[in-house]
Amino acid sequence: MNGKTGRSLKRTILPEIATKLWMAFKDLLPIILVIAFFQILVLKQPLPDFLDVIVGGVFVVLGLMIFVQGLEMGLFPIGETLAHELARKGSLFWLLIFAFLLGFSTTVAEPALIAVSVEAADIAAQGNLIGGSEACMKRYALGLRLSVACSVGIAILVGVLRILRGWPIHYLIIGGYVLVMLVTLIAPEEIIGIAYDAGGVTTSTVTVPLVAALGVGLASIIKGRSPLLDGFGLIALASLFPIIFVMGYGMVVFN
Amino acid sequence: MLFLLDAGAVLLATVRDILPILVLIVSFQLLILRQPIPHLRRLVLGGVYVVVGLAMFLIGLEKALFPVGKVMAMQLCDPAFLFPKGTAVQAGWADYGWVYLFAALIGFSTTLAEPSLLAVALKAREVSSGVISPWGLRITVALGVAIGITLGTFRIVTGTPLYIYILAGYVVVVLQTFTTPKKMIPLAYDSGGVTSSTVTVPLVAALGLGLSEAVPGRNPALDGFGLIAFAVLFPIITVMGYAQIAHWIVILKIKKRSKGEDR
Repeated sequence: MNGKTGRSLKRTILPEIATKLWMAFKDLLPIILVIAFFQILVLKQPLPDFLDVIVGGVFVVLGLMIFVQGLEMGLFPIGETLAHELARKGSLFWLLIFAFLLGFSTTVAEPALIAVSVEAADIAAQGNLIGGSEACMKRYALGLRLSVACSVGIAILVGVLRILRGWPIHYLIIGGYVLVMLVTLIAPEEIIGIAYDAGGVTTSTVTVPLVAALGVGLASIIKGRSPLLDGFGLIALASLFPIIFVMGYGMVVFN
Repeated sequence: MLFLLDAGAVLLATVRDILPILVLIVSFQLLILRQPIPHLRRLVLGGVYVVVGLAMFLIGLEKALFPVGKVMAMQLCDPAFLFPKGTAVQAGWADYGWVYLFAALIGFSTTLAEPSLLAVALKAREVSSGVISPWGLRITVALGVAIGITLGTFRIVTGTPLYIYILAGYVVVVLQTFTTPKKMIPLAYDSGGVTSSTVTVPLVAALGLGLSEAVPGRNPALDGFGLIAFAVLFPIITVMGYAQIAHWIVILKIKKRSKGEDR
């Protein structure tokens, strides 16, 4: 009995793992090809610490695969049904609370943002914008992430209100653009680059699937709305609001 | 031993990063919806996977993607590589051609391979009732990212202020918004955010930081960031452009057909 299940387990699980590994590797393949092309044909010199890079690359592929697998096992299915259920019968109050917290907590868990904020702290310390101690850098990186997380939370909240009320998306976006430019005028120069980047960094692996589920769930329950049209737009807001908030953070920290 | 200690610290930090989303979903499920957690064991096991996977990914980033991005930037800007004969004294912006090509290729290829873009492309076909083809959209977005990142590296090389480029991009987006078929607008706005994947973002960020360190006279704190902002903005422009052109072609065809019927 045990041997039998063991064998069928092997038969079903191993190919699945192989497919997942291949999918994860495929994400990295274009990068590998482009870098190999340049190292071999253009630069004609090897990468330093080649072994480290290979080991690190394997870690990136495996880590991302396990990470996404873990999300799909528990958080994604529950989060998606939760978003649907709340959109269908939750009160507006709880729906908005959920929207904010969803944007906030998914952003805190976003791997690319964690990595980039550490890098930003490094650069800021080198430029003597913040203290050079480990504690100072950690505080700055965390502050960056928390301001991005707050802004994504507010963006999702506004986006949900937009879907419910049927506001046209482009007024919000254009208004956001104007605000970005106005804040740029008074923000310290050193924060502008990372602030403009923050918008793109936040919207990836964790945030996009859960937020999209919320948007599509909402639009599909409101009469006269197409889930396709109104489900979109949440991501756009989530990549615009962080720009403004991070510049605000810069004004507070760099003075 | 030091490595293990490091890994332990990273693991502990990732637990803290995952905690908010876990608490949110469990508490809303139990307290607001008042429903039990389905497949609790799977959720717990999945949580362990998420923490371990995230820690591994971050360690791998430190060891591979960040150094590679920076080293590539350094090597491509090395005076010995740019001027093998050693003639030029100071490199101008036109001497960094390989950097632009590298940026364009990285942007184009990673975007084309992006799985979440495929989903958006299929939806785009539905929204536009077949006028926008999924392949057409994917290539359009990839071109947008390639143009964006290339222009971004040009900005770092020349040291011009970031906001001027972004302002110009915003103006184009706003102008396009009023002429693009309404149905395509939210989709175009989203296509920018969707393309920036977890693997591409750190590499592109490292490329920018490496460039700002390698090009003489640039300051990483001022010039290093900004590439990702370009990669988000320019697909919006190319996707709206594609939607406009596809729309015009359809109108032109209809006009031709109605003329043919008149005769």
